[in-house]
Amino acid sequence: MTTRERQRLEAAPQDRDRLTRDLLRPVLHTSPRIYLTMMALGAFVLAGLVAFVYQAYWGMGVSGLNRPVFWGFYITNFVFWIGISHAGTLISAILRLANARWRRPVTRCAEAITVFALVIGASFPIIHLGRPWLFFWLIPYPSERGIWPNFRSPLLWDFCAITTYLTGSLAFLLLPIIPDWATLRDRAIGWRKKLYRVLALGWRGTPREWHRLEMAMRIMAVVIIPVAVSVHTIVSWDFAMVPVPMWHSTVFGPYFVAGAIFSGIAALIIAMALLRKILHLEEYLKPIHFDHLGKLLLVMSLLWVYFIVAERLTVWYGNATPEVAVLLATQRGKFLPLFWTMVCCNFLIPFPILAIKRLRTITGTVIASSTIVVGMWLERFLIVVPSLEFKYLPFSWGNYRPSWVEITITLATFAAMPLLYLLFVKFVPIISMWELKGGEHPEPAAAAELAPGHEASDPWEGTLPSAGS
Amino acid sequence: MSRRWGMVIDLDRCTGCEACVVACSAENNIATAGESQAAKGRAIHWIRVERSWEGEFPNVRVRFRPVPCQQCDAAPCEPVCPTYASYHNAEGLNAQVYNRCIGTRYCANACPYTGRFFNWFQPSWDKPLQLQLNPDVSIREAGVMEKCTFCYQRALVAESQAEAEKRPLRDGEVSPACVQSCPSGAMVFGDLNDPASAVSRLAGLDRGVKLLEEVGTFPKITYLARES
Repeated sequence: MTTRERQRLEAAPQDRDRLTRDLLRPVLHTSPRIYLTMMALGAFVLAGLVAFVYQAYWGMGVSGLNRPVFWGFYITNFVFWIGISHAGTLISAILRLANARWRRPVTRCAEAITVFALVIGASFPIIHLGRPWLFFWLIPYPSERGIWPNFRSPLLWDFCAITTYLTGSLAFLLLPIIPDWATLRDRAIGWRKKLYRVLALGWRGTPREWHRLEMAMRIMAVVIIPVAVSVHTIVSWDFAMVPVPMWHSTVFGPYFVAGAIFSGIAALIIAMALLRKILHLEEYLKPIHFDHLGKLLLVMSLLWVYFIVAERLTVWYGNATPEVAVLLATQRGKFLPLFWTMVCCNFLIPFPILAIKRLRTITGTVIASSTIVVGMWLERFLIVVPSLEFKYLPFSWGNYRPSWVEITITLATFAAMPLLYLLFVKFVPIISMWELKGGEHPEPAAAAELAPGHEASDPWEGTLPSAGS
Repeated sequence: MSRRWGMVIDLDRCTGCEACVVACSAENNIATAGESQAAKGRAIHWIRVERSWEGEFPNVRVRFRPVPCQQCDAAPCEPVCPTYASYHNAEGLNAQVYNRCIGTRYCANACPYTGRFFNWFQPSWDKPLQLQLNPDVSIREAGVMEKCTFCYQRALVAESQAEAEKRPLRDGEVSPACVQSCPSGAMVFGDLNDPASAVSRLAGLDRGVKLLEEVGTFPKITYLARES
């Protein structure tokens, strides 16, 4: 930000509103440390791109994949990132529908996670293709080849589900940004003004526009929930639809959806804690938000344990030879360390932290979330790999060890997420200004909600920053 | 009625000599992987001879089981392919169209017999094997799946020969490389839709079993269980 810009921003009478100033600061001001962080993250992403080009040039043989483990890190990452994407839109939609007022500073952080995690996740099926340049053969369009893709293949369901979810999530993220972009358009100067003029789509803030926005968000919130549930169900069906021991399971749909929401909330908590620290949003992202999300995480942790017990106990009692081979390899055999690390990360460590009120602080929930993210990645790995290593015929059992190519690409995506996020907060106020201010627009329903009598009985009163009043 | 190619493998007769594996590699232009890649599980053998031991020392018996693609009637590899590269042809074979394959490797995971193979790199041959490539079989590029075809190229040649001579195809006239090269005659190939063919008669024996029948894939290969 130039000095002139800053002076203008600070001097303008309408900007005395502290809330607007606080929330616009991250967009208009970027410290050298942020640039350095971005460059470091960018270097990792670049390394991942180089690894991908190397693999595309020489062949999949540069990965650690082999026969019979035809899927490994890439598909693990795919399932993991698509799972992370369930944080956002789903949570935000549910909180919007439930009209939970504490959601307001949280929704946009969550929705942004969804979009970026989806983009990263959806790139993995392409990265893992033997001939990635032909990925568009998955798209149903009238081509010179004269054949449709095979709609019986779960991969095609995946393609349809993920593109639908990405489109919906983008709309869900972008729609409520428009008024904030209009605010930025009115306050920024130089190239930013031009940019935000385009992005604000001519928003003027008339009652009709507010009404349409509210309607659109209400419809989107309802529509996006079944889409989100279907996405991870279909991802699970990539596995459940084929006769591979321990993949071919009816519990996979709900099991994957629960795991996705679980890891998604954990990612959201980590992202919020980082934003709070880096962008100095302590007054907006308060301990109470972490407390509420921590409770949600606690419920999902219990649900996760329920599903894993339901899955594994039935396999153990069923005692079908091929399935038990996979079960024992995971729990007692070569995957034992990974399996029990996963159980610790997903339940034994986070459960007490989240269950005891005194420990459910910001630090506590972040620690729990960090172990959960690790644990859920391991869970995806332990779903994909052991089943392939121990398929039906013992003569063809195998081994999998990832190569540097897979590890580099995996690390690159873990760098890509914060990089995309940092870029995002530089163009969009990460906390929805108009939603936080609430009563500023003349929409009748919202105005009634913010009437003095209503506000007094609002249990989440303390969640809004005092600056707004 | 169209043909339905099938095979019978007599486990009593198999000596585990692996002549079938060598013949298959020569017939079908199967690339050589090299020692280090083979150790990583990257070698391609459209047919393999599985070996297992029975009993306690000194009364140990070794058992062999040649396993090519089972050419299932309800093949799990077919519905999962997003581009129809893996499909069921008119004669009941699980065909693989290399040019349509984009390399999701989903079919390979779905196959309970681990009977499908991926080209991890561009194919190459140890010298002088590159001089004996079969002109009837296409070379597969890096990134596509491949598998046993029951030497379909041989069936096509025999069919057009029979048509030119205006006669029906005789039983035993077509045989894949593995069947042709089996010194003990453990493998028999033919039309399962012809009740008089050798393969139909043998497949109906009491000794006949399918590999992993419980998975419900309805293989067209019948194994004759050991009696000795």
